[in-house]
Amino acid sequence: MSGADAMPGELLLSVRDLRMGFVSGRRVLSAVDGIGFELRAGETLALLGESGCGKSATALALLRLLPAAGRILGGAVEFAGRDLLQLPESAMRAVRGGGMAMIFQEPATSLNPVLTVGRQIGEVLERHAGLAGAPARARALELLAAVGIADPQRRLDEYPFQLSGGMKQRVMIAVALAGDPRLLVADEPTTALDVTIQAQILDLLRRLQAERGMGLLLITHDLGVVAQMATRVGVMYAGELVEEAPRAAFFGAPRHPYTQKLFAALPDLARRGSHLETIPGQVPSLAAMPAGCRFAARCPHAWARCRDESPRWNELAPGHRMRCHLAEEPERAAPPVARAEAPAAVSAPVAAPLLKVDALRVHFPIRRGILQRTVGHVKAVDGVSLELARGRTLALVGESGCGKTTVGKAILQLIAPTAGRAQLDGVELTGLSRGALRPLRRRMQMVFQDPFASLNPRMSVGEIIGEGMGALGVTPDVAGGQEGEGGPGGALGALLRQVGLDPAAAERYPHEFSGGQRQRIAIARALAVQPELIVCDEPTSALDVSVQAQILNLLKALQDDLGLAYLFITHNFAVVEYLAHEVAVMYLGRIVERGSVADVLRAPKHPYTQALLSAVPSPRLDAQPAFIRLPGETPSPANPPAGCHFHPRCPRASAVCRERYPERSELSATHTVHCHLYPPGK
Amino acid sequence: MNFLPVILWSDALIWLLVASALLLGWLSSRNPPLRAAWRRVGRHRPGMAAATVLLAFVLIGLLDSLHYRPALENKGEGKTAYAIEVLSLLDLVATPLRTRNEKTYSEPLATRAYAKEAIEVREADGSVRQTRDYPRLKHGGAHLGADEAGRAADVGRRLLQAGGAALLAWGTLAALAAGLLAHAEGTTQAAAWRRIWRGESDFAWNAVLGALAALFLVAFPLLALCGDYHVLGTDKVGQDVFYQVLKSVRTALVIGLVTTLVMLPLSIFLGILAGYFRGWVDDAIQYLYTTLNSIPGVLLIAAAVLMMQVVIDTHPQWFATAAERADLRLLALCFILGMTSWTGLCRLLRGEALKLRELEYIQAAQAFGVSDLRIISRHILPNLMHIVIIALVMDFSSLVLAEAVLSYVGIGVDPTMISFGTMINNARMELAREPMVWWSLAAAFAFMLALVLAANLLADAVRDAFDPRMAGAA
Repeated sequence: MSGADAMPGELLLSVRDLRMGFVSGRRVLSAVDGIGFELRAGETLALLGESGCGKSATALALLRLLPAAGRILGGAVEFAGRDLLQLPESAMRAVRGGGMAMIFQEPATSLNPVLTVGRQIGEVLERHAGLAGAPARARALELLAAVGIADPQRRLDEYPFQLSGGMKQRVMIAVALAGDPRLLVADEPTTALDVTIQAQILDLLRRLQAERGMGLLLITHDLGVVAQMATRVGVMYAGELVEEAPRAAFFGAPRHPYTQKLFAALPDLARRGSHLETIPGQVPSLAAMPAGCRFAARCPHAWARCRDESPRWNELAPGHRMRCHLAEEPERAAPPVARAEAPAAVSAPVAAPLLKVDALRVHFPIRRGILQRTVGHVKAVDGVSLELARGRTLALVGESGCGKTTVGKAILQLIAPTAGRAQLDGVELTGLSRGALRPLRRRMQMVFQDPFASLNPRMSVGEIIGEGMGALGVTPDVAGGQEGEGGPGGALGALLRQVGLDPAAAERYPHEFSGGQRQRIAIARALAVQPELIVCDEPTSALDVSVQAQILNLLKALQDDLGLAYLFITHNFAVVEYLAHEVAVMYLGRIVERGSVADVLRAPKHPYTQALLSAVPSPRLDAQPAFIRLPGETPSPANPPAGCHFHPRCPRASAVCRERYPERSELSATHTVHCHLYPPGK
Repeated sequence: MNFLPVILWSDALIWLLVASALLLGWLSSRNPPLRAAWRRVGRHRPGMAAATVLLAFVLIGLLDSLHYRPALENKGEGKTAYAIEVLSLLDLVATPLRTRNEKTYSEPLATRAYAKEAIEVREADGSVRQTRDYPRLKHGGAHLGADEAGRAADVGRRLLQAGGAALLAWGTLAALAAGLLAHAEGTTQAAAWRRIWRGESDFAWNAVLGALAALFLVAFPLLALCGDYHVLGTDKVGQDVFYQVLKSVRTALVIGLVTTLVMLPLSIFLGILAGYFRGWVDDAIQYLYTTLNSIPGVLLIAAAVLMMQVVIDTHPQWFATAAERADLRLLALCFILGMTSWTGLCRLLRGEALKLRELEYIQAAQAFGVSDLRIISRHILPNLMHIVIIALVMDFSSLVLAEAVLSYVGIGVDPTMISFGTMINNARMELAREPMVWWSLAAAFAFMLALVLAANLLADAVRDAFDPRMAGAA
């Protein structure tokens, strides 16, 4: 991964004082303000930052592919000796794709669904290489082979819907490469992909870059991806570049307070039990950019000068520079406040399980034909057994499509399970009527993934939170309500305070809140009925790192105070390490490995768990385990492979794996695995 | 009492609509997202100009929706008798237009008829001589007396006066608006005036004032001339075309609004039901509307209208006056149009409800055990309202046009009822005539165009303001 650390090549791209903004009414809101950087051939520059910091706007401005409201306000973008901002549009078309190509975030929407793969590659070949007919086809075949698509001959005549997500992204890369560009701009190229696929795509990008000596401008919010890919890193905040450093210096000694905070907010095992660092507040909106340093409002070191004067670039070391007054007055960097109290040793009282799930199955019928006959089943969940005690967190981990969300919804009876049982505190949940289920509903609640879709935009926050209380007839005697206020208003206020919001928020509407605040509202809604179990469905995956830390802290504090049990559905291992007590790994509707966090994450036994863990990019320079490459992608749950579901992708599969599904093997009192490598009863 | 108030069914519905519009306005003012959306409509310049024009039409329509029967002059004592003719407030205001009928066609602003006739002229010596000439109109330009040559001067003088009056009225209104804005924002009159014309005010005052100026410049001259001339000419039976156009406005509004009243409950109820419950409910509702959709609309309407005609003809005792009969037929037409046009909106709402029910906030409500009815009324319906409002405004113009087409085909409103459709139907033969009679069609066309264009522009503004994606971009 460090092949790109070699000799820097010729200067490809030089951006100086680039400014762009969006027209809003009669004003132009500046989104990118005076960015400057250089990029050499064979080098990878990572632009890192939270959402709304102007990373994507920068990339679009380089290619002059601005949305209708976007305007370039000034600066220069010099690419291979020409200022792109001065070129006429017709000349720009030769640059796009030919000189500089772009890979977008969402592979599902960046390919045209009604054109074959071959046509879409051919389009670029025709424009930039003047190829058509047989030579174009031959070149397209080469390109598909180069991006690692098996059977390119066949794929060339297929449509995007016939390809999986990972393959679409590979095709997208092939399209980008068709013009033989010297610089590749990749805008969050793996954010929409699963970790194992992400590892494949990152691998591919690295290889292609080394082969072709391309420059790569990588835009991402993921420190792990940066650690693996970048030669240099630029950190963006609120439309400005605030720190730029070579990779080693960046990960070894980040200097800007914002960068330091970003690292501190990352959850991992080492921070278990303690409070995560958070960055208070949020990125200022375009319309209300502060004068002076833009980070001052959220910076722990800020003093008067920061609020008045915008910092200049300061060279800290060769190639390492930042925009912060601390570089000139380092004595201001007071030693960080004493870390939160030492991790409280959470003793684990093994009580009777609160939630007991036994052989739960959820099959969705596939209907075809005029008569809508059932021709098969999608086995979304196929025999899942779980146990969860009060005050504990069980993390359900897996890639997209493995059925983990369905498990959560089936436990809450939002989806009727096909078979199996789920018991809450000894009371059977399956097969109950709606009326009989209602008293149980207040004991289990759910927090959803997308805080923008989980709150009704037409209801005020007070109405949203009060809805559950009203429907379940909960007397507003709020847990932790030491305020002693009577009436639902008081209860509402106490709830909002409990999740860290101002009680006055009850009168306002969801659109007035940021993503993190919305997730707090969603948590308050679930808490309102005083549940014992909360199913958290990826509650932080739509949030930025610093906000994620706030929510994780909140969830942890609530668990400590109220003794809640969490079923935590996620694909993010860092979050699992930080929050969970136990982990269950799912693959194609079944749990393949289960155990305590230490068991599963430190000593994974199932080959799938091992591969999954090795694929997670670590945000540190050391400690990246060798990546176990998984061939192919997750098969469809409508038609799972015979025998062990994982055998077609398993590097250690044997004959028996193809024949029957492995039994449960108990490795220790807490650690079980389904794999023929560990025969049961041994 | 020298009149008897008459409330026709369509009057009741129209005033009900006005009341519900006021209620909707009050409700939106209490709901911040809706209020914000209407504010966006208020900022939309073409939209507000269109709304101003539309408001003028609505005022005419409302004036035409207060009906009464005048008392007949009583010779003796005893019970007052009332005329069997039902008049509206608009008729009262436009009495000169309504009563001053000529014999037949006359051109706009003409003093003489459009066709030559044999006229008997008594010579000075007492003998009667027959000549063939354009006869003098009974009312058109009658005040000129023998001085027919003075017509151009007279018309010009009136135009100037009306233009002056229009400017004066407009200036007063504009000053009033600036004063209002100055008062609301605590600035000086001059500053408010500047803000209006630079388009900086929150409400598109400049568009409203511009539309008012145009409206006044058209309306004042028309009013100044219509008293003594037939501004838009007369039709075959000598009726004033300007009066007919004014009367047509109400018919168009009734068709456009009452039909949506019939259509909305059906499409909202069935659409949400199908989308939310899915399964066999969805199947049944889908089959219903696909079947209804595959029958040609005109055929269905024709059959229903003809049936209605038979019912009306066989029960003359139901109706005290001819107006009531025509009114019932108009309502029947609205009802039938509504029954055939709910499917489009229903399909739209079904799709949206299908999408909404999968959203996480609905699932969160389900996780609380909230009842289906409550989920529909609190979560789904409010989130569909923007589609309903958009469809309502957009359907209005298509319905007005549909009425014109249906009346042209002969299955529209009652022949005695004046509407754009009947006017166009009558004009059909006039165009083939030599010399051609063009003003009837031109007047109907111009007024209908203004009405439908205003409705369409307002629909655009409403759609922009209520569409969540567009609202996010703004």
